[in-house]
Amino acid sequence: MDDNTKSMELPDAQGHFGPFGGKYVIETLMPALDSLERLYEEVHNDPKFQSDLKYYLKEYVGRPTPLFFAERLTKHLGGAKIYLKREDLNHTGAHKINNTIGSALLALRMGKKRVIAETGAGQHGVATATAAALFGLKCDVFMGEEDIKRQALNVFRMKLLGAKVIAVTAGTRTLKDATSEAIREWITSVETTHYIIGSVVGPHPYPMIVRNFQRVIGDEVSEQIMEIEKRLPNLCVACVGGGSNAMGLFYPFVQNEKIRLVGVEAAGFGIETGKHGATLSHGSTGVLHGMMSYLLHDDDGQVQEAHSISAGLDYPGVGCEHSYLKLTGRAEYESITDEEALEGFKLLSHKEGIIPALETAHAIAHVAKIAPKMNKKEIIVVCLSGRGDKDVNQIADRMEMGL
Amino acid sequence: MNRITNCFKKIKNEKRKALVVFITAGDPDLEETKSILDIIDDSGADIIELGVPFSDPLADGPIIQAASLRSLKSGTTLKKIISLVQEIRKTRDLPIVLMTSFNPVFVYGEQQFVEDAVFVGVDGVIIPDLPPEEAAEFSVYAEKKGLDVIHLLAPTSPDERIRMIAKKGRGFIYYISLTGTTGVRVQLAEGLGDKVASIKQSSDIPVLIGFGISNPDLAREATKFSDGVIVGSAVVKLIESNSDPIQRNKKLAEFISSIKQAISDPC
Ligand SMILES: Cc1ncc(COP(=O)(O)O)c(C=O)c1O
Repeated sequence: MDDNTKSMELPDAQGHFGPFGGKYVIETLMPALDSLERLYEEVHNDPKFQSDLKYYLKEYVGRPTPLFFAERLTKHLGGAKIYLKREDLNHTGAHKINNTIGSALLALRMGKKRVIAETGAGQHGVATATAAALFGLKCDVFMGEEDIKRQALNVFRMKLLGAKVIAVTAGTRTLKDATSEAIREWITSVETTHYIIGSVVGPHPYPMIVRNFQRVIGDEVSEQIMEIEKRLPNLCVACVGGGSNAMGLFYPFVQNEKIRLVGVEAAGFGIETGKHGATLSHGSTGVLHGMMSYLLHDDDGQVQEAHSISAGLDYPGVGCEHSYLKLTGRAEYESITDEEALEGFKLLSHKEGIIPALETAHAIAHVAKIAPKMNKKEIIVVCLSGRGDKDVNQIADRMEMGL
Repeated sequence: MNRITNCFKKIKNEKRKALVVFITAGDPDLEETKSILDIIDDSGADIIELGVPFSDPLADGPIIQAASLRSLKSGTTLKKIISLVQEIRKTRDLPIVLMTSFNPVFVYGEQQFVEDAVFVGVDGVIIPDLPPEEAAEFSVYAEKKGLDVIHLLAPTSPDERIRMIAKKGRGFIYYISLTGTTGVRVQLAEGLGDKVASIKQSSDIPVLIGFGISNPDLAREATKFSDGVIVGSAVVKLIESNSDPIQRNKKLAEFISSIKQAISDPC
């Protein structure tokens, strides 16, 4: 068995991806993680659970999402053929709902009547609030004060959906501290509450569960591209905050080494300024939020502030499976600055009539850099992880045009 | 010779309960920590638990989070805390336990940390986010060098985990009194007595209760069925709200003595 086949079978029984992953949490949570692990194993092979999940993904979320040939963008860039996996067309406007529907079904199975979530861009918060409304669960979402400001539309959506949005004023007032606060709340209410984590991060079994709920992205791409092009892509590209849309796209292709996998992190103001979210490219191994993974931290082990124009990539940690894919060299990680992301944002809007989320714009900006250098016969699939409505106000302010 | 084991032997002989006092090292700064430690020792604490500040302390409520932040702002690092212990050891002999999130230890280097800690006279370590499942290598090395790895149990721990952790624990078992983070509470959690009783059945080492023990009454109540208490947030809050060192030390002495008094009633 070669390395990449083996990596399809990770995590191991203890939740490790090589040196990464694991369960670095206080004892209070260990029993809940153990029972989540057992429950997940049970439902993973349960046809009723899987058919329920399939039903909601099709009839409620609107899956499968299209794989769209971006013809004008391809022509403009003059290189490889570019396909967009339209996760922005999911109900609520991003890939996050693939995970929250599955996770809410898990909460129902556990008999838990309340869910909590952290959110950065607000997409995971909205997706959790949506699933909670659909299944009649109580929902509290933790969100940093800074993000509440820059993602006001999503805050309002969550409230409309009946969720409570709890402002986190500690530390960075962004995704990192929202996650810390959600974990603290879970430590307090673990017996009655299920924590729905928004990415492939956190203690085992979360990174595995979220990946498995998100792999539908890559599974569909695999079928769709075979149908359209009669072959698999040369390159898959996705933005990486925690890494769930990227892991969802990459995972079904990990075994096939001919396919390049590239994750795009936030370079923020520029790597050299130290104000960025490029954890895989410029971090080192550490432990935060329950797992061992790459981390932005100083030589005393204190976690550093990340920066990105996009709230969803503004995080000093990253999913442990990405750390593993980086370590083995199976995936590559690049970074895109705030300025470049804004160009990507405009580019996709102008060329394809699709306004992407600022997170997604990082992936687009990277494609704009590399597609021209590729052969016209080559194929790129980029995960269009979300739509940009939530970011329009923030960008209008920046472009000083006012809306 | 292990200071923690000796300490509990002595406490048992004296037929009394243990008082562990937690403070965040470096709050408000490391110089003050030294004078605070002297007061705590002189007021009758049996063991000192020194909190290592971390940017993201997940098990802590607002009081200790804020202390962590103040400490980091004053320039505290794990290295400096280890040097502080070396200083303290020149004059003080009570057991010292470090309580830290795992990342500072991981970045320091696990083996290096164990060696340095033991060298300066640290007796034990509590790493809340390093459960036994992840602690195997660390624990083996710590045991070899004579550093006690103190494990936690919680109200949510089922019987099989209680048995597993009771076996692996060194020094004492830290029982988390409630399902929640550190902080000041007004009453003890329901069912606390039964849970502690069942842990004591599995454990050869003392079982102490921490989290939320914030006044003499709660401490007295908790020592009815445990081997002692750990008082943290209440002490940290007192340090926070008294910026004048003389006033602060006076109040600290009063508060710790009052807890000591409450748990010293013959039992
Ligand atoms: C549209 C969109 N894409 C990407 C992300 C980043 O998350 P992940 O890396 O887990 O896909 C977010 C997070 O908020 C998002 O809203």
